[in-house]
Amino acid sequence: MNSRRPGSYLLGGVRRLGSVTIFLVQLLIQCVPALARPRLLVMQIYNTGARSLIIIMLSGLFVGMVLGLQGYDLLRRFGSEEALGIAAALGLLRELAPVITALLFAGRAGTALTSEIGLMRATDQLTAMEIMAVDPLRYVVAPRFLGGVIAMPLLTAIFSVIGLYGAQLVGVQLMGVDRGVFWSQTQGSVDLHDVNEGLVKSIVFGIACSLIAVHEGYHAEPTAEGVGLATTRTVVASSVLTLLLDYVLTAAFL
Amino acid sequence: MTSTASARATSTAPAGDVVVAVRDVHYAAGGRPIFAGLDLEVRRGRITAIMGPSGTGKTTLLRLITAQVPPARGQLTVFGQDLAGFGRGEVYALRRRMGMLFQNGALLTDMDVFENVAFPVREHTDLPEPLVRLLVLTKLQAVGLRGAAHLMPSELSGGMARRVALARAIVMDPEVLLYDEPFVGLDPISLGFILRLIKHMNQALGITSVVVSHDVQELATIADDSYLISEGRVAAAGTPAQLRASDSAAVRQFMTGSAEGPVPFHYPAPDYATQLLEADAR
Repeated sequence: MNSRRPGSYLLGGVRRLGSVTIFLVQLLIQCVPALARPRLLVMQIYNTGARSLIIIMLSGLFVGMVLGLQGYDLLRRFGSEEALGIAAALGLLRELAPVITALLFAGRAGTALTSEIGLMRATDQLTAMEIMAVDPLRYVVAPRFLGGVIAMPLLTAIFSVIGLYGAQLVGVQLMGVDRGVFWSQTQGSVDLHDVNEGLVKSIVFGIACSLIAVHEGYHAEPTAEGVGLATTRTVVASSVLTLLLDYVLTAAFL
Repeated sequence: MTSTASARATSTAPAGDVVVAVRDVHYAAGGRPIFAGLDLEVRRGRITAIMGPSGTGKTTLLRLITAQVPPARGQLTVFGQDLAGFGRGEVYALRRRMGMLFQNGALLTDMDVFENVAFPVREHTDLPEPLVRLLVLTKLQAVGLRGAAHLMPSELSGGMARRVALARAIVMDPEVLLYDEPFVGLDPISLGFILRLIKHMNQALGITSVVVSHDVQELATIADDSYLISEGRVAAAGTPAQLRASDSAAVRQFMTGSAEGPVPFHYPAPDYATQLLEADAR
């Protein structure tokens, strides 16, 4: 079959990358007027951010608790259980919080964005806006994209805090690491550079995941199957891209 | 033949009277030709019906007129302006003079009926809230749904959604209203409402109307001019009565909805008996 040729995969990939880039440029131009309408923006931060809070907090708690358990077991072998605070804080801030938040964001908020915009396309709402001389990129897509970009670092920060509490819960309350040592070690060895690494990662992931979600929704085939497929593509592409970008960013920060 | 005779008759109208002019337009989608030399005219203040079997590109014609897609060849003139080479700003300026009614209404699902009708006003003007309210309520009253202002689109029946969409389409006082299959899937009462509204918008507000549909009987009661599109071009033009009296068998078959005529009931297939015997032999 023609489309199975290796060259066509490559060509398809490059074409896709080009289409996403052009879309991003058009979107960024529309982001400026979108910022002037805080009501729409706040609505979207609520939709993508506040509505993902429960899943982010629950996951953060459990990831932190597992980290406490595994970290304690590992560090005890070297007789340095008191370093649990550092291990948990650095692991969460630099790596786990941005990555897992982005993966959860793709599954919770990303899919919601894609299916919402895709359904608006399928039910002619976007075309109706075009006919009413209202640019759907400005009215629909830009606020959702910005909402996602703003929500991601906030969610990541909440994930970190809850995760650290979870690690403390297991390490200090359950396994008996000294509370004072746990916190003082954490405070002493986490510096601004570590916080920045997590912040930069969460912003980059926020841009990547939101862009993929709105792009897939906007360009979804205007049918029920098309919207379903686009939603799947959002999760797959966001997850893979998040992990890939994570490696690149980690290497850059070291 | 009626088709060429009346096509010539319509083109003698004074130039200022022609709101939309389609000249020798060619268009193809996905490699399939849809229009091959389409010629038609919409005259000011009249209801023009565009008819044709499903899949003849009637909706595509509306996409061409609203400059959503450019024609591959030919000329499209709207309000006396050639659409070729129009930039985004010019297209938007053009669209602000038109309204369009979508088949399913295409109401924005995240706001109620009132906000849906208010949407174009809020986007394009800075009118104070009391004035917006006044404007929206008068338009909702015109379509008989002032009492439904607080409902969400999901709570409306198909016919009601279409009437709300109509209120939204006229809220900016357009010169031209485009209706995409306005009669599909309506019960007889809703259908009667929509017919009455189309006529009313045309007569009371003087809005030029283009109605795309295949519901011949309904259209015949309101249309001033009609075009029958088939195989990428205008097969016949004239008043509905002229079309019904056409001497072309294909036009008559469409207008009367007869099963007998040039358009066959059977999709092209190999010989029936041969195919059955083949299956038997296998």
